[in-house]
Amino acid sequence: MLVPIMKQGDYLIASIQSSLTDADLVRLRDQVVEQVGRFRSRGVIVDVTVLDVMDSFAVRTLSTLSQMITLRGAETVIVGIQPEVAFAMVQLGLTLAGVSTALDLEEGLAYLNQRAKQKRPHGR
Amino acid sequence: MDVELSIPILTDADIVRARQQGREVASQLTFTPSDLTVIASAISELARNIFSYAGHGEIVVGLVERNGRRGVKIVARDEGPGIRDVDLALQDGYSTSGSLGLGLPGVRRLVDEFEIRTQLDVGTEITLRKWAR
Repeated sequence: MLVPIMKQGDYLIASIQSSLTDADLVRLRDQVVEQVGRFRSRGVIVDVTVLDVMDSFAVRTLSTLSQMITLRGAETVIVGIQPEVAFAMVQLGLTLAGVSTALDLEEGLAYLNQRAKQKRPHGR
Repeated sequence: MDVELSIPILTDADIVRARQQGREVASQLTFTPSDLTVIASAISELARNIFSYAGHGEIVVGLVERNGRRGVKIVARDEGPGIRDVDLALQDGYSTSGSLGLGLPGVRRLVDEFEIRTQLDVGTEITLRKWAR
């Protein structure tokens, strides 16, 4: 299942549409990392609202995606983790440590805009 | 068991299929949405272990009844290498990073009952039960 990645201004938005296999997740990671370079994006939002489960592989792949994006000079925010999914993740000990998260797409965009402001040099 | 479903685990797509069909079976009982996600997550982790460490195996999901309580029973079975040190594999912290180990302590936290039988070079069978409220 292909994940559509939309370019919106300085940001890329990847909206997951259905359950993803391991191979789908890896493809998503690689596409996002590549497109950040192609579009010179400053931020990436991965919307996981429809995911029924975030298991160890999904968490590991999204953590790797986020770290790779950081190394490419952009920011990542994961949005839309549902309450039940969050509960199961905590029980499994899967924390997404070091990865930024936001409630939904709107909050994710606000977060990236805030980060962009902070990064802008002062006094010029 | 009145309903029992066996899902062969051969490819990574089967991991998704196992957790979706397992959730469907469990949804016949009075589980909360949160419980159903927990059940699907547990199945996902066990199916993943089969795929990663044994190559192939099966997940069997069924409904069970005991002392008037109804619940779901999940069996993950493979003929893989087995687990050398079960105590270590069940130790918390051994696998919490999500990058090491089998994630078994996490799976155990998700369910009411957890049994494991494993033998080196023979295989592993993990049985979970979760009771509906």
